[in-house]
Amino acid sequence: MSELLKKDEMKPGGIGQGGSMERRYTGSWRTFVPITDFETCIQCLACWIVCPDSAIPVEDGERRETNMHHCKGCGICAVECPVDAITMVREGEEDDE
Amino acid sequence: MATTSLKKLSDMPELLTGGHAACPGCGGPIIIRQVLLAAQQDGRKVVASISTGCMEVSTTIYPDSAWRVPIFHSAFENSAATISGAEAAYRSLKRQGKYEGEIAFIAFGGDGGTYDIGFQSLSGALERGHNFTYVCYDNEAYMNTGIQRSGATPKGAWTTTAPDGTVEPGKREIKKDLTAIVAAHGVPYCAQASPHRPRDLMRKVQKAVATEGPCFLNILSPCPRGWRHDPDVTIQLCKLAADTCVWPLYEIENGKLSINYKPKEKKPVREWLKSQQRFRHLFAPKNEHLIEEIQAELDAKWGQLLAREAFDNEQEQESE
Repeated sequence: MSELLKKDEMKPGGIGQGGSMERRYTGSWRTFVPITDFETCIQCLACWIVCPDSAIPVEDGERRETNMHHCKGCGICAVECPVDAITMVREGEEDDE
Repeated sequence: MATTSLKKLSDMPELLTGGHAACPGCGGPIIIRQVLLAAQQDGRKVVASISTGCMEVSTTIYPDSAWRVPIFHSAFENSAATISGAEAAYRSLKRQGKYEGEIAFIAFGGDGGTYDIGFQSLSGALERGHNFTYVCYDNEAYMNTGIQRSGATPKGAWTTTAPDGTVEPGKREIKKDLTAIVAAHGVPYCAQASPHRPRDLMRKVQKAVATEGPCFLNILSPCPRGWRHDPDVTIQLCKLAADTCVWPLYEIENGKLSINYKPKEKKPVREWLKSQQRFRHLFAPKNEHLIEEIQAELDAKWGQLLAREAFDNEQEQESE
């Protein structure tokens, strides 16, 4: 669990700062892990635009490894990938692949 | 210049962070991400309000917020009224020369907060002509409180307050056509969109925020919990909704309707109903006739849309 703001750090009726939810760990929700094969990936960013958890970082127009701190393992990226570069593997069995 | 190129958009700041508590596979955050990405272009800043609903409770868990834009959580019924006030204050500040810069005012609401409870404030804000964009993410029931029926729930769907059983076949009433109701307010721009066509959705958002006056976007948002489907098919369901004409993609700009997607082969509504467990009971022999009814109603709606588009095109040609 992330560190929360102290009571006197907050404005009345408001919240500490925008985007602070980033600190929360939702990776524990996962049953399946998306494994991306970057050799097959064509960098079309179709996975990035449909990720509900903003868990696919893009730098300089290219997607990077999925952010496992936020990914809930819904599998939308794997279904939407036009070249099947993403496979869903049961959590804890990634190494067997 | 506004763009919908994914490569170019990926350089924009991500205004909705991960770590929020929406269910895996939820359509809501996908929509919000796409809307915020598109709205912040041309140097615009975004100010948002959101009515109580799934997206509000899951993205603003006290004391955190997943939004990197100023956001106001209003009550269930007044997302549009809240953004009206913010927009009026902004106009006043601009007139006094105390603020420069462009702001896109966006009100978010679920279908409960838009079709039903927030309808009066939405209607009022549209009528007063504030310069804002209202985005309804329509997941077709009150999902946040546990799948109760709303005005947006389609005919035949199971919800906890419209259950199926020996007597009841799920919800008996038809879905309210809110986009048409909003269009009847004479707004300059309103549209239906879906996250399976992100570039179409984002073009509509850009058009809405660049248009002076009230604009409305109605966006289909699949709900794995309430619709009873696997979380990974969320976007595929949106596609199916467009292909079966359950959720036609169209826009009405200054009274002229244009359909943005016409399926090459219109799929039967059976495929849509079969894809979700909330419609499971419709395939029982005693409910089969309802499927025919639903199909007939959809065909009539789609026919009306096509006729309206043809009529509007004709009118435009005549006036030229």
